[in-house]
Amino acid sequence: MAHHSEETEITVLPPDKEKIKKLWTVAGILGLLTGFEFLIAFMMHHGPLKTSVFVVMTIVKAGYIVGEFMHLRYEVKVLFWSIMIPIVFIVWMLVAFLYEGMKLSDINFLN
Amino acid sequence: MAHATTTTAPGQDVWNGGVSPLDASYGKLMMWFFLLSDAFTFSGLLITYGLVRAAHPASTGLEGFDVTKWPVPEKVFEAVPFLHGVSLPLVFVGIMTFILIMSSVTMVLAVEAGHRMDRKAVEKWMLWTILGGITFLSCQAWEWTHFIVGTGEATKFTDFVNGQWITKEVIGANLHVNQYGPQDFADFFFFITGFHGFHVFSGVLLNFLIYYNTVTGVYQRRGHYEMVEKVGLYWHFVDLVWVFVFTFFYLV
Repeated sequence: MAHHSEETEITVLPPDKEKIKKLWTVAGILGLLTGFEFLIAFMMHHGPLKTSVFVVMTIVKAGYIVGEFMHLRYEVKVLFWSIMIPIVFIVWMLVAFLYEGMKLSDINFLN
Repeated sequence: MAHATTTTAPGQDVWNGGVSPLDASYGKLMMWFFLLSDAFTFSGLLITYGLVRAAHPASTGLEGFDVTKWPVPEKVFEAVPFLHGVSLPLVFVGIMTFILIMSSVTMVLAVEAGHRMDRKAVEKWMLWTILGGITFLSCQAWEWTHFIVGTGEATKFTDFVNGQWITKEVIGANLHVNQYGPQDFADFFFFITGFHGFHVFSGVLLNFLIYYNTVTGVYQRRGHYEMVEKVGLYWHFVDLVWVFVFTFFYLV
């Protein structure tokens, strides 16, 4: 190794209690939401309502992971939006494909 | 007046370089854009799953498996290691979700320790993160094995062979046969969880690399722990994808 170790003084800062507490809070929320999803899976009948509850809870979880863990909420606005806006394409793809799937079902399985 | 009082309006020097409007390093930005493209890939897989599922008649889940009807996931994934024959729907996959979320938490704690230049703490949290990743992969290996080997009861179906309909039986699933429902169901299971599992595997390798560099003091000499942050972004993304897979493959 070509590195000659310069003995620069490195100061280790003490743990940021506030920040760490916040991270564990987020972790707790994620765990709780997953627990709820698990319960709802058995307590509700299959149908559009159940699916929408799952979708909303998933988006909330995704928001916490991306916003807090991945720190996107605290980045500058331009960066935030350049990540968020392209998600529109995914939403459009979802709508288009599910509609297409239901049409395929009509064609393949005429009752 | 050729006097050099350069009055620059705010923003005039933006094109001369040296400005970072996104206020993030090159590596971090590229990681973000890579993750965005990866999100498109996973969306493609999950949304196509939705299309194919919507195109099939659904099983009610009350009778046994039927190869023509899309199964209810909680009827397929109800096994837990060491509890053979006990029906515990979605319990194991719930445990896997919990493991991955926990490893995401330890990762973010490693990043926090990196900000404070606390080498020992980074090492500790990176080790926990690696352990979480390996545990998740092991769980997935067990789940795949169970899915492939199948449950004790065979599913009967009719097949058109040499000009006549015959009844066949199938136990387990692979890319050719599937006892749980339509063939596409098994194919999507292998592709979606497999592609995600491959991401976890790569993540574990990257995490190990970071751990190694931390132990050997590379980041200490460099003066910052930004690499932990970049790989952290990737690791959180893997967790994020699992949140979606959990909902749209296992719960809905």
